[in-house]
Amino acid sequence: MIAPLRLGDFCVARAGDKGDSSILMLAPTDPARLPDVVASVTPEVIAGHFNLDVSHVRLHPSPGLGALTIMLRGRLGGGVTRSGWAEPHGKTLSAHLLDLKLSGEPADGRIPKETSHDLE
Amino acid sequence: MVGGVDAFRIGVGAGFAGDRIDPADALARDGGLNAMAFECLAERTIALAQLARLTGASQGYDPRLRRRLAGTLPHLLPNRAVVTTNAGAANPQAAARDVRALIHELGLPPVPVAAVTGDDVLDVLDRGNAQLWEDGRTVADLGDRVISANAYIGAQPLLDALEEGARVVIAGRCSDAALFLAPIMHHQGWSLEDLDRTAEATLVGHLLECAGQLTGGYAAEPGRFDVAGLSRLGFPFADVAADGSAVYGKLPGSGGRLDCTTVLEQLLYEIDDPGRYLTPDVGIDFRAVTIDDLGGDRVRVAGAVPVGRPEQLKVSVGVRDGRLAVAEIAYAGTGCLARGRLAEQIVRERWQEVHGLDGAQLEISYVGWNSTRPWWEPEGADPLEIRVRFALRTPEPQHAVMLCEEVEGLYTNGPAGGGGVVTSVTETVGIVSTFIDRDLVDARAEVLA
Repeated sequence: MIAPLRLGDFCVARAGDKGDSSILMLAPTDPARLPDVVASVTPEVIAGHFNLDVSHVRLHPSPGLGALTIMLRGRLGGGVTRSGWAEPHGKTLSAHLLDLKLSGEPADGRIPKETSHDLE
Repeated sequence: MVGGVDAFRIGVGAGFAGDRIDPADALARDGGLNAMAFECLAERTIALAQLARLTGASQGYDPRLRRRLAGTLPHLLPNRAVVTTNAGAANPQAAARDVRALIHELGLPPVPVAAVTGDDVLDVLDRGNAQLWEDGRTVADLGDRVISANAYIGAQPLLDALEEGARVVIAGRCSDAALFLAPIMHHQGWSLEDLDRTAEATLVGHLLECAGQLTGGYAAEPGRFDVAGLSRLGFPFADVAADGSAVYGKLPGSGGRLDCTTVLEQLLYEIDDPGRYLTPDVGIDFRAVTIDDLGGDRVRVAGAVPVGRPEQLKVSVGVRDGRLAVAEIAYAGTGCLARGRLAEQIVRERWQEVHGLDGAQLEISYVGWNSTRPWWEPEGADPLEIRVRFALRTPEPQHAVMLCEEVEGLYTNGPAGGGGVVTSVTETVGIVSTFIDRDLVDARAEVLA
């Protein structure tokens, strides 16, 4: 059986943060493949892979740049100044994104729980 | 010069408060720079600096500023280059006085040094009407937990300082891009009213402001994206031409990689909507930006399009946020994850049954398994070593200490083979955001003679 394509097989990614939101950029190494990426990486697929409600996901494709930006609201445990998590910047989420398999299924994992953090 | 006869060369000396010192020294020495900017101010640094200043523990500005300037000013000032930084944090005036003293100690001829003030809006903010982005409450609702409120000011006061002859400009909270925008606009004679030029110069700042993130280190992955010489990663510079386009480069012989990929990753770094990136001086549409690899670690970038100027400025509000306790214990070998999960169960039960608190308030994850993604449960073979990580944010100092004691108690009471306990309790400062009308912010430069 051929292993499903991982985003990391043909894309690069970089993650950053604004408050409690993770912001990622995703770009195929061959810009001509952006339409494939946009067709596969839907808000629903991203929501599943990052264990978020789809209303917390926002995608902005930039065809001229050959890239896609992804905003994940409320995915950082409160954000870098308020979270108790081990990696509150979410810098490592670029690698999590690249592990997404294009079957649309979350890669090598199941989703245990929804978490949320509100300002007390 | 690469960017043409009129090109203005601006380099970056720091991309964050904890950045390396030596790449800036090398770039200042060998880069032929006209300007160098140091971005040293994280979001909560001002609030922490304000706290430290209140307790007398610090002067309220970046303690590394002297080290950064000691190795760079001796190269920059004799060559008529200007320096900008936001390392003034909560006290730019004291930082500026200290820099003047440093210049004297270095045996350099004195130059005008400026402090930029007015970003501190704690006293002018209408707290009852300043709504928080996070949850819609107001700043007033945070009561006496509020420590600081600083507006992200734009480049105008930095530009004023340079026009008054300042050679070193020390700001506190301003947009990161303003540190680059001001020297470029000053040199080219551009006005911030010219939004086309302001957008192009802001793009330069956006690409340079994270220093080594542009030159490939942050893209490196063995076998997939190989980058040579990472232990001596070079910081980038830009040759900004009179038409606003810029050619980016790094010192010959320095480590790193500058190409279309590293530039594209940084162009879209922390950008939600590339059609509308907001800064204090201009909103920008990045979607038509062109990136041309000229070879030899040189890349030409141009094409930022302005989309107006925001009427309001972002304000970061620092808030006392209680204590954060973190305690970890390690398990190894076959079954380590199961023993870790038993440790989790024990501590949660004791939190409830012995201490009468809510066990659900403990945040527990497994380093080596899911600690970077506590909302994710990997599948596949169990790891052969893990650290169970217990975290608690609490307004009660004694609860923070109690969590550390509970994890330490796992040593002799089991599960089997737990070791390497580490604990920490820190007082935390949270940052929340609101808006302020631009007109209420009196940002200005004060040039020390």
